Parts: sequence; C-alpha cells; structure tokens
Amino acid sequence: MKPCRWFDPDRGHIRNDQSSIIHKQIITMEKKGLNLTLKIWRQENAQTKGEFKTYRIGNISPDCSFLEMLDQLNEQLVDKIEKPVCFDHDCREGICGMCSLFINGRPHGNDTGITTCQLHMRRFKDGDTIWIEPWRSAAFPVIKDLVVDRSAFDRIIRAGGYVSVNTGGVPDGNAIPVKKKNADLAMDAAACIGCGACVAACKNASAMLFVSAKVSQFALLPQGKLEAKERVSKMVARMDELGFGNCTNTGACEAECPKEIKITNIARMNRQYYISQFA
Amino acid sequence: MSNIFTSSIGKKFWMALVGLFLCVFLVLHMSINLLMLLPDRSYFDTGVYIMSTAPVKVMEIVLFGSIALHMLLGLLLQIQNWLARPVRYAKKHSSETSFFSKYMIWTGGIVFIFFCLHFMDFLFYKYGWFGFEPASIGIQDVVKLDPVTRAMEVDTPANHNFYDIARYVFSSKSYCLVYAGFMVLLSFHLIHAFQSAFQSIGWNHPAYTPIVKWVGYIYSVVIPAGFAIIPLYFFFGGK
Ligand code: HEM
Ligand code: SF4
Ligand code: FES
Repeated sequence: MKPCRWFDPDRGHIRNDQSSIIHKQIITMEKKGLNLTLKIWRQENAQTKGEFKTYRIGNISPDCSFLEMLDQLNEQLVDKIEKPVCFDHDCREGICGMCSLFINGRPHGNDTGITTCQLHMRRFKDGDTIWIEPWRSAAFPVIKDLVVDRSAFDRIIRAGGYVSVNTGGVPDGNAIPVKKKNADLAMDAAACIGCGACVAACKNASAMLFVSAKVSQFALLPQGKLEAKERVSKMVARMDELGFGNCTNTGACEAECPKEIKITNIARMNRQYYISQFA
Repeated sequence: MSNIFTSSIGKKFWMALVGLFLCVFLVLHMSINLLMLLPDRSYFDTGVYIMSTAPVKVMEIVLFGSIALHMLLGLLLQIQNWLARPVRYAKKHSSETSFFSKYMIWTGGIVFIFFCLHFMDFLFYKYGWFGFEPASIGIQDVVKLDPVTRAMEVDTPANHNFYDIARYVFSSKSYCLVYAGFMVLLSFHLIHAFQSAFQSIGWNHPAYTPIVKWVGYIYSVVIPAGFAIIPLYFFFGGK
C-alpha cells in the first residue's frame, strides 16, 4: 500500500487533515536516506587474525541511531545467510556503558558527551565511508568482531573500588554532613559508566580517567575516606598489572568521555596516591 | 610490588619533579648566558665563576643525575605506553588533545641530541675531557678559512673560557642556526611539559591551573628565546 493523504502504512497511523506537511517531511526524509560504505573490523575470535570488511548499506534514515543502522546491516546479512556483525550494547539510552565502537577515529563517533547508542545517523553525510573498529588496548582483547573483553575494569574495581566499612541502615539524609562541593564532585565522578572510551581514546591506552573517577567518588565522601589509602594504592597497582598505559596528561580521555569526567580527577587520584605512599 | 618508585603514578611523580627542577635550572642557565651581551664582560665572568664554586659543582652532579633520571623514566613510560596498544587503529585518532603531548618522546629525544652536541661544544671541551673538539668543527664549510694558512679566522680559544668558546663555536653561521633551531624543539617540549608536571604532582585547581598554564606557555617561549638570542647575536655579526 502506498502512503496516501490519510494513512501511512510505514508508520501505521492515520493522518489528520493538516498532515500534508508531515507527508512532505516523510517524503523528503525518504529522499534523504543515507547511502553509506562501512569498513568494519571482523574477527572470528581472540585467537584469529581479523581484517576489515567492506559493506554497503542504503536508505538509512538520518533519524536512526548508529546501533540501529548496524541492526539493519545485520538483518541484511542474516537474510543473505552471512554472519552478523557482533557489537556490544544493552540499554541503548546512554546509561549502561556497554556500547563501544571506535568510529572514524573517535570512540563513540564524531560528537561529544555521548555513547554510541546516542549517536545519530544525521551526523553523517550521504556517501560517507565509516570506519568501525573495536577498542584497541592490550588490556581489552577482542573477543569477536567489535566486542572486546572489558573485564579488566571489573578487576580494578575488585581491587578496592568499594566501601567495605559497615555503614549500617539508611541514615537520615542530614546525619552525615557532606560539603556541597564534595557531594557535587563525588556525584560527577560517580557518573562514570565504565565504558572504556577513555582507554580507547588515550594514545597510551591508559585507564587513569576511569580509575580516578572511581577513586574520587569514594575519596570525597566520609564513608569512602576511611579506606581511601588502601583503595587508591591497590587500584593503581591492579591497573598497572593489567597492562594499561601511563597517563601523559594529553586529555583525549576527557574529550571523549560520554559522561564528561574531568582530568581534575586524575590529579586528585595522584594526590591520593602520594598520600597513600608518603603519609 | 607497586610503590612510589615503580608504579605508573610513582614514575610520573619523579619525572615531573625532576622536570620542574630542570625548568628552574634553565632559568639560571639562560640568565647567565644573557650576561654575555652586557658591554662589561666581568658580569658574565662573575656568573661563570659562581657556577664553578663547590656548592654549585655539587648541584651539577644532581643536575646530570636529574637529566639521566628524566630520560630513563620518560623512555620507560613511553615503552610501556607503546606496549599498551599492540594493535593500532586503522583510522587515525581525531580526539581533541593537547597537541605537543603526543610528541614528547620525540621533542625530548631531540633535546637530548642537543645536549650531546652542547656538552661536546662547551663542557667536555672546556675541561678537555675525552679529547672532544666542539661539534661545530663538523660544519667548517661556513667558517671562513684563511686561504693561505687554512687556519680559522676565529682562533681556537687558547684559554678555555666560555665566552671565547662561544665565539669560536658560533663563528659558524649555520651552526648558530642549528642551535637556534634546537631551541624551537625545546620550546615544543616545554609547552606541554610545564603544565603537565603540575597535573602529575597532583596540583590541579580550578582557579590556579589556568594561571599555571599561561605561565607555562610564557615560560616555554621566553626561555628558549632567551637561549636563542646568543647564537643569533653571533649570527648577525656580534663579536
Ligand atoms: C632541559 C631539558 C628538559 C626539561 C626542562 C624537561 C621538562 C619536562 C617536564 C617538566 C615534563 C613533564 C613531566 C610530567 O608531565 O610529569 C617532561 C616530560 C617529558 N620529557 Fe622532558 N624535559 C627535558 C628534557 C628531556 C629529554 C632530554 C628527554 C629525552 C628522552 C625528555 C623526555 C620527556 C618525555 C618522554 C616526557 C613525557 C612524559 C609524559 O608526558 O609522561 N625530556 N619534560
Ligand atoms: S571515565 Fe568516561 S570514558 Fe572512561 S570509562 Fe568512565 S564514562 Fe567511560
Ligand atoms: S547501550 Fe547502554 S550506553 Fe549505549
């Protein structure tokens, strides 16, 4: 059935009388559907060598998200009885940190303060070639295609990224006084979703932004202060063990972090670390 | 085992402290150099004399140790950083970053090459260590040779004082430019280094960090420029 003045079969809704504007928009949108060339890293498993494969995909709505574009590609691949491209995702609303992808030279693509699931295809032009690579880091080995093993982050958390003192039941909100400034800073640091974009962006594949956020979110609060020294020294030691690089204060992490975690956290972690060593 | 000497943050700590010490030393070195331009030579000679007194000599050892430590740690950290990403990206990084920080190992390496030349020209030569001749001998082509005796117009300084050595070394015009060129690379190193060192020692503050950055930018232009004045002075015909 063709879209008519009254009914749009694609959208499944009845238009009202004044919908000719919408109708026009739909037609122009269809016209603007993007035709793209995708260069995607394909790798069977951690042991095999991977390579880039080229795919062409047409008529992508500028309103869909990057992951939806990949879904469409996968549907086409499945139709052709080819293996779909594996990529990580979960919430698809920018809160879980699962989606990754190094898109055209930037983690999470060409936009700031977003995850890949929040990247829209309107950021691309018709005819663009898009390079899609997995996070590259010795500590994040590729499992398959674009999926990497980020459990190194979990191991860092296990080394000390928690509060183990008994804090009892939920106290009254005002029972433990916290400076407003510290509460805000701790909250900002706690926004880290552990996505690993900082590692992916860093020229040294350093995990300092992630670790500093996790160290800071506790160190700034009264319950976290008690174990601050052991926490920072254990987490840093684990981070070093796992093969992440060292920070050169280049700032790529901060520029690419979807939660806009600041490198002031790294300075705080450094201070915390010196205190743990000297005091 | 991970501690203040072996961990990633620990290594950066010493690197930054030592780097800042070198930054202080550069101010001193440059100031004494500039005394050379005063009409009265005695200021410069006094400066050099102070630098040859015993306490300063002890500091000299600390200085050489610092340079060695700075380079060693820099190289070690850099190698770890390279190993941390064994498979590179096909598409070049395009994240917004501090430009000069990406080339620290290279600008640092070039500064090291400069140190080698510089030591041969002045330090080893002055003390007659290792039988070194100034490295500028290598580019004698531009030094005017006396057509008959083939001797240089500027004599080899008989009494090895820094002023005469400088006149001798910089009698080659292209060598003056080489020295000035190296200062540009030093400037590139310092642009990132100065403010980075403060971040490394954990000193980041919403109000003061912008000031540190500006002081750093000014420092990294003024200091190399101050050093470059001497070779350029000779280049433009100073005596
Ligand atoms: C007078 C000479 C030099 C001065 C004043 C100086 C100063 C500094 C300072 C202050 C830093 C920042 C440290 C930090 O961020 O923690 C730095 C970084 C660095 N320097 Fe030098 N440096 C000098 C020479 C050299 C040389 C000869 C090398 C040779 C290898 C070198 C290699 C490096 C490297 C690789 C870094 C980067 C460290 C990083 O960002 O993690 N530097 N330098
Ligand atoms: S610091 Fe930012 S980029 Fe790094 S893991 Fe956390 S949210 Fe992701
Ligand atoms: S899928 Fe959850 S943040 Fe993107």
